[in-house]
Amino acid sequence: MVRYVAGTDLWGEPLATLRRIQDEVNRAFGDQRAAASSEFPPVNVWRGPDGVIVTAEIPGVKLDAVDLTVHQNTLTIKGTRVPDGEAGPEASHHRRERMYGPFARSIELPFAVDAERVKAQATNGVLSIELPRPESDKPRKIKITQG
Amino acid sequence: MVEMAGGPQVAQRGAETTRNAPVFLPAADIYEDATALYLALEMPGVDPDALGITLDKRVLTVAGRSRPVTPPGYSQTYAEYRDGDYERAFTLSEAIDADGIEAVLTDGVLRLKLPKAQPAPAKTINVKAGG
Repeated sequence: MVRYVAGTDLWGEPLATLRRIQDEVNRAFGDQRAAASSEFPPVNVWRGPDGVIVTAEIPGVKLDAVDLTVHQNTLTIKGTRVPDGEAGPEASHHRRERMYGPFARSIELPFAVDAERVKAQATNGVLSIELPRPESDKPRKIKITQG
Repeated sequence: MVEMAGGPQVAQRGAETTRNAPVFLPAADIYEDATALYLALEMPGVDPDALGITLDKRVLTVAGRSRPVTPPGYSQTYAEYRDGDYERAFTLSEAIDADGIEAVLTDGVLRLKLPKAQPAPAKTINVKAGG
């Protein structure tokens, strides 16, 4: 059997071009972030001179319901997403796109962290964790003296 | 029964944005009871001041703008999510009491309560006997 490489011969794969366009359109329009990622919460990591800042999107989760642990260079974020209690028994649901249940994630940091000085805050559903690098671990400039 | 129209295309169908930020569709929970329709939309990073909710005829539009977070002196080394704007429109098939809409934004979740408009009471028309 002769196989044609898609793109070089349209008769070989008559629908390849259409399928590719469809894929691209789906990708462009399916920008719904909740469905895209299986890992929760999604995190961003920022690195600076004094340490690392980890931000995570935790909509609907209160800061005191989040359990943070730091062990050496591993940060663990744990918690539970609880559904709203507003809906009464007679309420009927039309859409359920938000996800619920327990979550846990471990993030490996580029260096060991001073666990005593870790600070966390949450604003508008975005968790921000400041993880300072211990002073003893910071790179030091070495003075070179000529002998 | 309230039917919801407004799929994933809605956010992109409109005109182009002037900001170079992606527009996301917030994940939504929608439910109703006998008196009201409830919506919960996930919009992390959006300030209450940067949020717009409009009800035009039967189209409810929610738009929020998130503030980009860049800690000063830090540079991003790893990214799983992007800051962006949120927009989503819903077509309601039932009349809503627009003055009674309640909106609360807590922990990045916008909760909307849309009370159903009371139907006009049935009116009896008296018929007078003609001459």
